[in-house]
Amino acid sequence: MLGQVIALVVLVLGTAALGVWWSARQGAVRAPRETPAGIDWVGSGVALADRVTFVQFSAEVCAACRSTSRVLGGLTGSSADVGHRELLVDDHLDLVRALGVLRTPTVLVVDGGGREVARMSGVVSDTQARQALNRVPTAVAEADGEGQS
Amino acid sequence: MNMSKGIDPRGPRVGASITAVLLAAVVLLGASTAGLWLLTFIMLSFLLGTLRGSEGSWQGLLFKKFIRPRLGPPAEMEDRRPPRFAQAVGLFVTAVGVILGFFGVLPAVPIAAAVAFVAAALNAVIGLCLGCELYLLMRRTGLVRA
Repeated sequence: MLGQVIALVVLVLGTAALGVWWSARQGAVRAPRETPAGIDWVGSGVALADRVTFVQFSAEVCAACRSTSRVLGGLTGSSADVGHRELLVDDHLDLVRALGVLRTPTVLVVDGGGREVARMSGVVSDTQARQALNRVPTAVAEADGEGQS
Repeated sequence: MNMSKGIDPRGPRVGASITAVLLAAVVLLGASTAGLWLLTFIMLSFLLGTLRGSEGSWQGLLFKKFIRPRLGPPAEMEDRRPPRFAQAVGLFVTAVGVILGFFGVLPAVPIAAAVAFVAAALNAVIGLCLGCELYLLMRRTGLVRA
């Protein structure tokens, strides 16, 4: 019996550690992965916004995709230069493989030229989404320039 | 029950906490026949949840009858498909343990229970969503089809 009790204690501690690690990763803004040159966004049915587009990969069985979609949708409503496109992984498996997407939701922050500038996976909060927007240097510079003129 | 409006998201999490306690008991019972029977019961519970949705499992019915009436309305409703997918994953993991157990490989019983415990406990405490973590991997490897 002692062996089983020890096994359960180890299991509970391991689960707690995993939970802390998992929670910390939720929505964290990460550097872009090396993506193959020339992703054909338009050919995949993804129309990019002028400055930055949140390309979100979602699935029907993904509860976290719903809240992430609401957060990103709210951000795009405030600016015409910021887009949000949601793709079902079932319809875009080739894109999912080419981009190295492993879980849903995964959000790629794509600039106007189709280059990935950052990515996030897991539930994305409003703060994290704004952090990701700040990763687009041209957008910030242009916005400043417009503010001064 | 109005399916179109979704389910109370607290239901599956309460259910997962009940299941996690039962799975912990299987780990405590170790590689024994008693553990095998308890894991078989949990597997059948997952089967019910897979067929009827998380809200149709006995844990879901307990939540609806005894806990939900004491709570205020949820902030928002949840799609019933993600928790149902999690039930199917639980069914698979516990079924592997049960089948190996009935073929005489009793150590598989607490091991399968431990794997399912990790998922159930994280779902209960921090809302881990198995559909978010596993579905795409299973699609990519061809384990499931759309």
